[in-house]
Amino acid sequence: MSVKTINDVEFGAELPTFEPDTSLEKTAAFAAAVGWGDGRGRFTDHERARKQGLPGALVPGIMGMGFLTATIHQWCPDAHIEHIDTVFRAPMMAEQPCIIGAVVTDIDEDEGLVELDMTVKNSADETRVFGTAKVRLPRD
Amino acid sequence: MVDIEDLKNNFLNKDFDSKEFILKAQNIAIAARASGETRPEFTDPAHPDFQAPPAVLCSLASGRHLPIDFPSLGGIPMDGGKAVTRYMPVRPDQKIIGRTHLHDIYDKKGRSGRMILVVARMELYDEDENHLATTDSRMVIREKSDS
Repeated sequence: MSVKTINDVEFGAELPTFEPDTSLEKTAAFAAAVGWGDGRGRFTDHERARKQGLPGALVPGIMGMGFLTATIHQWCPDAHIEHIDTVFRAPMMAEQPCIIGAVVTDIDEDEGLVELDMTVKNSADETRVFGTAKVRLPRD
Repeated sequence: MVDIEDLKNNFLNKDFDSKEFILKAQNIAIAARASGETRPEFTDPAHPDFQAPPAVLCSLASGRHLPIDFPSLGGIPMDGGKAVTRYMPVRPDQKIIGRTHLHDIYDKKGRSGRMILVVARMELYDEDENHLATTDSRMVIREKSDS
């Protein structure tokens, strides 16, 4: 369920989950757009990535942050993300499904701020990225 | 074993790098859409409030994160995470100046030895010195044992 204002937010509420597209097409597009080229295949080609000693092509780490911000905006289309922090715990593999989850951990109604704990998990339920966000929501 | 307090005294809060950037609207939109972003402020260059999303701001902090005279700790720095604090919108075709300093240095001890964590902070300004955003890059370095 999406929310419009901070009055719609409940402490401990879980945001709707988001399953982003981790295809090579998307990881390659992201890497190229932020100026990383193809990372010698790191983000575009499993075989070339393996030749670099990686288990396969990766989702760029900061693309994971993009997944988190997309999840927040899908939950509250008028939210303004003031601060977001991501911890890269383990690589996210391209073309492997992942799911973004988040929970409300604090609400400051006077300031209009909500804090979230967020995770990116793979299909084996292993956390690859976790993070926190401080988000400003409309008050009315 | 490197003394963390010595590292802090010698390296914290001293600008060691300055770079200029200009973001292209099309690249911002492609990166945002590839991440699943739906807000037109980030995906549609024609939107009146079009701006760079947090992940694109983080991408500016790739590359050299340590002062040139920072001591070698033995291991290759790994990307431990990124953070962004946004103060003002960052627009395409706007000249941005990024100044970097080390914001924090700390260690964590584990079964396989000591990890040293270094936080490089890049502060982004416009040409009028308005502070637009701050990005933190957390590097994790496994210290090479003395033995």
